[in-house]
Amino acid sequence: MNKQFPYPIWNAEMETMDLETRKTLQLYRLKELVWYVYDNVPFYKKKFDEMGVKPSEIKSLDDILSLPFTLKTDLRDNYPYAMFAVPMDDIIRIHASSGTTGKPTVVGYTQEDIDTWSEVMARSLMSGGTTRKSIVQNAYGYGLFTGGLGVHYGTELIGASVIPVSGGNTARQILLLQDFGSDVMTCTPSYSLFLAEEIEKAGIDASSLKLRYGIFGAEPWTEAMRGEIQKRLPIKAINIYGLSEIIGPGVANECQCQNGLHIYDDHFFPEIINPETGEHVKDGEMGELVITTLTKKGIPLIRYRTRDLTRILPGVCPCGRTHPRIDRIMGRSDDMLIIRGVNVFPSQIEEVLVKIEEVAPHYQLIVEREHNLDVLTVMVEVNDKIFSDEIKGLEAIEKKVEHDIHQMIGISVVVKLVEPRAVARSEGKAKRVIDNRKLQ
Amino acid sequence: MIKQVSVFMENRVGRLYHIAKTLGEKKINIRALSLADTSDFGILRLIVDEPDKAIEILKAEKYTVSPTNVLAIEVEDHPGGLSEILGTFDKNAINIEYMYALPKRTGGKAVMIFRFDDAEIEKKLSMAGVKPLKDEDIKTI
Repeated sequence: MNKQFPYPIWNAEMETMDLETRKTLQLYRLKELVWYVYDNVPFYKKKFDEMGVKPSEIKSLDDILSLPFTLKTDLRDNYPYAMFAVPMDDIIRIHASSGTTGKPTVVGYTQEDIDTWSEVMARSLMSGGTTRKSIVQNAYGYGLFTGGLGVHYGTELIGASVIPVSGGNTARQILLLQDFGSDVMTCTPSYSLFLAEEIEKAGIDASSLKLRYGIFGAEPWTEAMRGEIQKRLPIKAINIYGLSEIIGPGVANECQCQNGLHIYDDHFFPEIINPETGEHVKDGEMGELVITTLTKKGIPLIRYRTRDLTRILPGVCPCGRTHPRIDRIMGRSDDMLIIRGVNVFPSQIEEVLVKIEEVAPHYQLIVEREHNLDVLTVMVEVNDKIFSDEIKGLEAIEKKVEHDIHQMIGISVVVKLVEPRAVARSEGKAKRVIDNRKLQ
Repeated sequence: MIKQVSVFMENRVGRLYHIAKTLGEKKINIRALSLADTSDFGILRLIVDEPDKAIEILKAEKYTVSPTNVLAIEVEDHPGGLSEILGTFDKNAINIEYMYALPKRTGGKAVMIFRFDDAEIEKKLSMAGVKPLKDEDIKTI
């Protein structure tokens, strides 16, 4: 145990391994992986052959750059089982992501994959505050979705008690929190806020509960949300990241420092690329997270494009773990806009707006081209918090937002204040970007 | 102090009509209004008979609304009447944020609505001998 930072680490050997040793391990695993997919997945054999890549040519970690990307559409095109590297005899579990359009994405696990998953979930849960003594109320959905069973297996591996309550039924969740003495809760961050509200409504003092840690993920959230959760439920809110294509939850997880998520790179090799060019970004720059599954057997993936935007945080984490840290997910690369040649992510605009008043107002980005010049207009809904009875007050807010966005992204924008509900919403979600540029 | 209803409004066709219609349907009587605007947006300021109810109604219609404290002050309705009261403010270093008129008279006097950006305003006015109207006075005009 680290003396300066006395929180337990599940697998100290792997989690605090010195960087050179880990690189050696990663290279060994990468070499095995490329042979494995070449021999067992026709999709990869064809791709490698088309690109003229030979598994024997992978001699260093940098050689990963010669390998092809894998896209979500590749999984769809090979629906349901054609990307599996093992016969169905060896698959012991199947999960699927909901898939907002068309067919779901299907993933299969061998026994070894389930063991790996349990291992990384045990690391995640423990770095989030879970110990053998903990009672974990698991309110992630059980089923095709990976959240429920991922947490379940990780908790059991640690030897903590898991309450497999699954999602929903808030009255029962509260009853269990009160009577079963759960000290760790796992669910989506938005559900935790809803729960906090219901606890308040029921007249229960949240600080009377034994709850101490929340391990929240499966949807993007913000530091402002974390602040609110931690204020309303007296807990430490820990950020977990994962996606079913890679393994499920447990790809990366925050430690008690709450400053970036350690990505378990002995299993999941991360790269950050410019989503437009596919090239690596400079150290510490934001880009799209690409993951190679170094140890997966059922459905191994080479350079999978997650579409999630993040960056590798610099420096060493005081917790003692040597896994690199990724920043909280800042959005999706599909949302990226190129304005006058500059990459702009809606999440950057949102970050500015959050700072104006704790609660981020609804906004919409409109891109137009006037006289061959891109113009970005930010429509901001005026809520009670930013409303002022005086024109100069509102104009000052417009100016401030314009200035702060310029500082953040380096290009000037036009800010327009609009009435609430002016930003069109579909199914409760606002459409963030309207690109009206007509390009030849 | 009397309660003014301030509404954020986009500078678009039909917005003012919609607000007036909404309040009219709910039997809210508008006693005075003023509109401050820029090319993109405006702030509608209303003096109504039932401000709390008006705020509730507009909020339900998803408008951004807030109550603002303003003062209603009687002004002599003859040439020079306005300059008299403005002179009093000037002497007492009272700065006006904005002002507009109520379209009805009370006993030969006009009523002006003033917004001051001054925490001490009520004290200053009473020392200057100016007596603002109360909410009840506005209702009965």
